[in-house]
Amino acid sequence: MVKDQEYLNSIASQTIEYSKKLGATDVNVEVIHSISETVNLRNKQLDESNRSDSFAIGITTYINKKKSTISSSNLSKDNIKILTERCIETAKITPNDEFNSLPDKELMAKNFESLDLYDEFHVPNNKKIDILKEAEEAASKETKIINTETDFTENKSNFVLANSNGFINGYKTSNFNISCVAVAKQDSQMERDYDFTSKRHFSDLTSPTNIGESAAANTVKKLDPKKIKSEKIGIVFDKKISKGILNVLSSAISAGAISRGTSFLKNKIGEEIFPKSLNVIDDPKIKKGLGSKNFDSEGVETNNLKLIENGVLKSYLVDTYYGKKLNLKSNGRCGGTSNLYFENGSMPFETLLKSSKKNLYITETIGHGTNLVTGDYSVGANGFMVENGEFIYPVSEITIAGNFKEIFKNITLANDLEFKYSTNAPTLLVEGMIVAGR
Amino acid sequence: MSNFFKNSDLDNIKAESIVSDTLNNCDDGELYLENSKSESILLDDNKIKNSSYSSDLGYGFRAITGEVVAYSHSNDISKDSILKSSENLKDTLKSKKGTYNHEIPKSNKKYYEDINPIEEKSQNSKIQILNEVNNYIRSKGDMVSQVTASFLGEHKEIEIIRSNSEVLKDVRPLVRFNVSVVLEKNGKKETGVYGIGGRQSYDEYLKNENWKQVCDEAFRIADVNLKSKPAPAGEMKVVLGPGWPAILIHEAIGHGLEGDFNRKKTSAFHNLMGQRVASEGVTIVDDGTLNLRRGSLTIDDEGTPTENTVLIENGILKNFMQDRLNARLMKTKSTGSGRRESYKHVVLPRMRNTMMLSGKYSQDEMIRSVDKGIFAVSFGGGQVDITSGKFVFNCTEAYEINNGKIGSPIKGATLIGDGPSILKEVSMVGNDMKLDPGIGTCGKAGQGVPVGVAQPSILIDKMTVGGTQL
Repeated sequence: MVKDQEYLNSIASQTIEYSKKLGATDVNVEVIHSISETVNLRNKQLDESNRSDSFAIGITTYINKKKSTISSSNLSKDNIKILTERCIETAKITPNDEFNSLPDKELMAKNFESLDLYDEFHVPNNKKIDILKEAEEAASKETKIINTETDFTENKSNFVLANSNGFINGYKTSNFNISCVAVAKQDSQMERDYDFTSKRHFSDLTSPTNIGESAAANTVKKLDPKKIKSEKIGIVFDKKISKGILNVLSSAISAGAISRGTSFLKNKIGEEIFPKSLNVIDDPKIKKGLGSKNFDSEGVETNNLKLIENGVLKSYLVDTYYGKKLNLKSNGRCGGTSNLYFENGSMPFETLLKSSKKNLYITETIGHGTNLVTGDYSVGANGFMVENGEFIYPVSEITIAGNFKEIFKNITLANDLEFKYSTNAPTLLVEGMIVAGR
Repeated sequence: MSNFFKNSDLDNIKAESIVSDTLNNCDDGELYLENSKSESILLDDNKIKNSSYSSDLGYGFRAITGEVVAYSHSNDISKDSILKSSENLKDTLKSKKGTYNHEIPKSNKKYYEDINPIEEKSQNSKIQILNEVNNYIRSKGDMVSQVTASFLGEHKEIEIIRSNSEVLKDVRPLVRFNVSVVLEKNGKKETGVYGIGGRQSYDEYLKNENWKQVCDEAFRIADVNLKSKPAPAGEMKVVLGPGWPAILIHEAIGHGLEGDFNRKKTSAFHNLMGQRVASEGVTIVDDGTLNLRRGSLTIDDEGTPTENTVLIENGILKNFMQDRLNARLMKTKSTGSGRRESYKHVVLPRMRNTMMLSGKYSQDEMIRSVDKGIFAVSFGGGQVDITSGKFVFNCTEAYEINNGKIGSPIKGATLIGDGPSILKEVSMVGNDMKLDPGIGTCGKAGQGVPVGVAQPSILIDKMTVGGTQL
């Protein structure tokens, strides 16, 4: 069982008290306990079982405008004392930074809704094995599948965030995750792909048979790929990767990147950076949401935020430090977004595929080819050639490239949004990107 | 060396007895104890932005029988906690019976000193150098719009207790110094990044104002990129510079030669042992024994002394990299490649310092032989799909080559290739092998470990360049 609130609260409170005694003017403490159990199968046999029981404490002490941070996995009183002393000593010799401070008191979270993020249910390991066997049985019905690997992870955590202005709160969360990876072979060529389901509550998981079947189908489709010629072409991003475009947006509008001048979206507030029909929302209060939270990692209240409205950039993601620097109030986004998504599009998936005679449908990108300073983008990719709305053949060993300033403006959304991750986007088409191949 | 059982209700003898009792009927396993300290001091935007310290103590208890690995870890080093883990392992393996393999090679060699780099240099002097770095780079002109510099230091003590009270220990220092510069000119912005590091004290890397060279290099790369034009798209010849571009080898073939993927037959290389996988003249090794290098280890995380493993000799595939589990199942020996990020992670076969050895050509000869292609000097990260063999990496400094001459710089682009075939496209191997500066971290199954790479200049006859110019 994860430790209860009372236990974590007492460690946090004692740490704050001790830091103040040593001369800290402000203190922020987070204490986390999590227990995670994973079972892995390979070709229907148990491969690995892994149990993890871990504590963590993070202490930030301020001496007026000087600051230092320390973290540890050892919650013994002696250790916390030694670390707190070290933290204070380091803060003393760290230069002043006028923007260092705890969040303004009036911004701290006061409404603690139940977001239904915790499911007490425990899945014993033998039950996990049965579930994974079911997924692998389903995957191996496909005769070209030569290897299946699955895992089931159950995670339970509890945390407390406290600061010396009197804020103290936290809650339990849980996560259940089933994933299946399949390898298919044809002649001497191999491909692999996967599917997974991840939920706060056990009963909400997709059936293992479904996951297995879809992992196998995704994999077999990729066999015998072709490399295509270099050309300018419309690119359809599968839902597995379309959310990546929102991750680029959120990194580029973080107050840190804006303030440091290292974002291609600096000074774009109020400008139309997407087509008029597009809205991007960050909603922390979705019940059972994978990214849901009552407050950010500084304890600031998080509320629904429309980042893009009718194509126009409405706000940055602001924390306390960079907020003070940019003269903006924190909007509770220290640590990033919560449940970020494109509001659903209006075009059916089939219509989107048919939008041009020829489109390239991408299911996977590899590499880290995003330059947030310039917006330049170039990554490896694989997927399928689509002609007249039909999938014709698999494609691999190509790259796709463009610049996000242009990519954003050329997005068309399908109407198939679903909430599978914490960041979600429907299938989307980007016109006019460059594919490099043969 | 710390006593891991200080302040606990255990001592070495009691712990060893729990280990022996738990692993009695298993093929292999150990209790791995780790005490690590790390620091990070960051200067950004003209200020010391962050000064943090972290201390982590814990154990990972592992039992293996047949192909099944049972693992349990916790940061509570106490009798109760370790016994609970023991029960957990026994329960997972209750239907299996193994024979413990006591054999583990011994060596007295050490590739780094027992020092704590964090404590060896005062906080004040680290802060002072970061401020000097900031002033030095900003003095280069108004075009400098951002400077970020950081020190990362680590001190990790490990102790491995195997069945029958066999105990193995290692103390591992690691440091890294990084500089990133953003330049702005005529409305255009570009970044340059450079760093150095390894397993010795900060001062070894900073002495003789060495840090200025790191700053100069980061500035130079950003400056080159300011003048860059869009990169070409399509297949062409590629000349890779020496040193860090060897992450091509790491991604393209290194991962594919790790034992686990080959035992599971999910690597594109699993049935190519003894066969030609590279052009003649191409020899690649993975070496854990280089003094003071970032990827070096005295013993791996299972206690096996590291070695210099020949992977490809003159184009022929000779060996995979093995940990104990995969070695046993593939009926071979561990190559000392069993690594884990921390006590929270299971052991996997991993790379250490992966190197292509020198050949006979000069870089100049390579460039002259290319009519149209690119010359790639520096890279960001890379990634590979083990099963299909496709891999990518991102150029951060590259030039076009026209009619045997280096032309203008081109914007960062991704290069993509096919692992099992790319090394057959290597037509010239340079005589200028160079080690990387000591900055690499390799990710696999969510675990990051420090690694090194090295190579001479090489000419690849055909690779796809992911630019935007058709």
